[in-house]
Amino acid sequence: MALRFEVLGRFNRARAAQLTLPHFVCQTPLFMPVGTQGTIKGLTTNQLEEIGCQIILGNTYHLELRPGSDLIDELGGLHKFMNWPRALLTDSGGFQMVSLLHLADITEKGVTFQSPVDGKPMLLTPEQSIEIQNRIGADIIMALDDVVKTTITGPRIEEAMYRTLRWIDRCIAAHKRPNEQNLFGIVQGGLDPVLRDICVRGLVDRNLPGYAIGGLAGGEDKDSFWRVVAQCTAALPEDKPRYVMGVGYPLDIVVCSALGADMYDCVYPTRTARFGTALVPEGILKLKQNAMANDVRPIDPTCMCMVCKNYSRAYIHSLVTKDAMGSQLLSYHNLFYMMKLSRDLHASIVEGRFPEFVREFLQNMFPKGNVPEWVCNAMEVAGIDIAACCSPFPAPKIGLEALVSPMVQQRFSQMNNHSLLSSINQKLK
Amino acid sequence: MLSILNNLANRALAKTGEREAEAMKFGIKAWRNGGRERVGSLDLVNNNAAIETPALVLTTRKGLPTYISPDLLPSVASPDSCLLQASPLHFLDSASPKTISNIGGLHQLVSLHGYSFTAAPRDSILCLPEYESTNKMGASFETTCGRRLIKPAEYMELVSALNPNLWATLADEVPAWVSEKRNKTSVDRTVRWLDECIALDKVGSRNVLGAIVGGSSIEQRVRCAEEVTRRNVSGYWLGGFGLGETMEERPALLCAVTDILPTERPRQISGLDLPEEVLQGVASGIDLFDSTYIYHLTLGGYALTFPLNRNERRISDEGNDIKINLKATIYRKDTSPIIDDCRCYTCQNHTRAYINHLINVHEMLAQILLEIHNTHHYLGFFRAIREAIKEGEFDLFHENFVEIRHDHMTAVAANS
Repeated sequence: MALRFEVLGRFNRARAAQLTLPHFVCQTPLFMPVGTQGTIKGLTTNQLEEIGCQIILGNTYHLELRPGSDLIDELGGLHKFMNWPRALLTDSGGFQMVSLLHLADITEKGVTFQSPVDGKPMLLTPEQSIEIQNRIGADIIMALDDVVKTTITGPRIEEAMYRTLRWIDRCIAAHKRPNEQNLFGIVQGGLDPVLRDICVRGLVDRNLPGYAIGGLAGGEDKDSFWRVVAQCTAALPEDKPRYVMGVGYPLDIVVCSALGADMYDCVYPTRTARFGTALVPEGILKLKQNAMANDVRPIDPTCMCMVCKNYSRAYIHSLVTKDAMGSQLLSYHNLFYMMKLSRDLHASIVEGRFPEFVREFLQNMFPKGNVPEWVCNAMEVAGIDIAACCSPFPAPKIGLEALVSPMVQQRFSQMNNHSLLSSINQKLK
Repeated sequence: MLSILNNLANRALAKTGEREAEAMKFGIKAWRNGGRERVGSLDLVNNNAAIETPALVLTTRKGLPTYISPDLLPSVASPDSCLLQASPLHFLDSASPKTISNIGGLHQLVSLHGYSFTAAPRDSILCLPEYESTNKMGASFETTCGRRLIKPAEYMELVSALNPNLWATLADEVPAWVSEKRNKTSVDRTVRWLDECIALDKVGSRNVLGAIVGGSSIEQRVRCAEEVTRRNVSGYWLGGFGLGETMEERPALLCAVTDILPTERPRQISGLDLPEEVLQGVASGIDLFDSTYIYHLTLGGYALTFPLNRNERRISDEGNDIKINLKATIYRKDTSPIIDDCRCYTCQNHTRAYINHLINVHEMLAQILLEIHNTHHYLGFFRAIREAIKEGEFDLFHENFVEIRHDHMTAVAANS
């Protein structure tokens, strides 16, 4: 164990904590930008520090390919190679292989795939993944898990979950630097609560420094998504960090934080910047639209970042998708937004005003009150009253629907009866 | 031999207008009897520090550097890095002149109030003069919006909206190999457009650089220069260079022009990119250099390494290199900075190995770091030039540099 996790404040399931890692002391909830190949696209480490970035994610698959974990090790580890003084997290490499490579095949041994360099068959085992991550030297390393898409059904999900548990033992055994690097286990099990439960118990038994909720953010419907997160956060230990992998959209981060998660990562903010989309309190702003060409306002009048303080939408519009500077400025703004969101989540929980923060967030994003149903359901479970953000109740309907209007649903919130809610929701579809 | 001339003010009466008109002051601080090179001080009277010349004008895209984001710009050897190029033609697509005016001009648009802009139509990267399509109505350019014919009116609309500190009039630039007749026409047109541009200028030609062309014909160059000096302009912009004339024929062409121009007005040139070309320009009395050298180096993965201290000849082979190619595998594990005692952000924070990796995985950070270093280094080169002129040793500096380059090329040839 090479971390300390101290909860500083709570609101129901949500918590704000201090996560002390070998290279940096972090405040959670936090968002981790993805620096796939040892850099966040278009930003210097100096700028990342300035906007308050605490942990960066590196992709083991890409880094092993180029420049190679041996080289990184020889040159003193990834922190030194990139000159990033704060914390780093590496994933196991498994996800990239499954999603990027043709004919990747998963067996008990590991993940077999075709080398992208010369087409030869290669194998990534749990042992190798951990060895590579040991050489890269990140503060947090991820176990190699058997990832399946949540859109798949059938026995494959169960197979993957049990294999993930068998592989965690191999990962633990292979881990050479437990006093400097924290090995997180990843909860799998698809959308099946029984499988998820087995996986959580299995991982918790191994007493790992932290836990991730994996296998989500892959196209499943939002309603299933939040329920899996809710189930896992309820079952995972209180005193250890919980990391929801691949999340994502600011709304998702707020909901998951309300449900008790602490850490997130996603390529979304930087990727969407390169397509000309900015993150704003109202949601998104597409700078490529013609309407932006003459709009002299900043991207977000409430944002204090260098881009919003100095540049107009019109100017950014003239740059986006044409000039590298456009990508850079938008990436800067989007990451600034995400770092501010992280800070706001932490501060509002510590200062005892988390529900107010959530309400304000939802009101900005859904000024007409059309908060999605899944968010309402999740907030109910999180015990956060967002009635003020939701639209006035619809006119009474005849029949069954009259019994289950939103107002009635909220009146039943004390029941905390998930299955009743879901069966009601099912009937409404 | 040093002699200092007094500053000569170049003021016109201030006109009342919507925007405050800015006069420009240029004075010679150091020169050598018998030489054309000079150190000058360009004061653009906008509350920013005066710029010492010969100076490098940094390339921009729509007013910002290609890769160096505005918050990183101050660290790149301020105050030297204060003079930026801007081509009005970058804004053909967007933003519209009206929007630019509404925002308050170029400085406000890119939020670089501490910097000065000099605008010329030609931008050797994105807006290349397309002489075959140019006609009496306007100059043709290959731009990012396709081939466009730019008339003086359209050009001046953009210049007025942008309100740069200095701007060059529209020119018909032709390459060195055109016929005499075509060349002569280019001079006629350029002079005519100069008059048109000045007539369209709302703030009263206080900061206008008269464009001088003439290809590779000394006669036409002289004719054009004589015409332009008869107009009321604040300085001169030498166009049509870097378009096919040889290194050998260039000095004569340059001097033919500068010998006619008044000493106390600044001269800017586009198209002299390489260090040796810059030195040719300095030797003939040019003050401002709009060079795309850094841009091309950066894109190619090159970092400048030539010694700036003109007395220093490094022992190692590599110390005499002009530049290194960080794509090369020899840098894979090189944990040294590009240059050991370089004070730029890149050298203070990153290694050759890291930049090599970034280039290989096609990450934008590679270009950002290289542009920072190369800009810093090239600005240092210009500083060294100014020091040499002040000490009356520019000829020696020039010779020394060419020799290093020659030795390096010989060594490279021998090794290959």
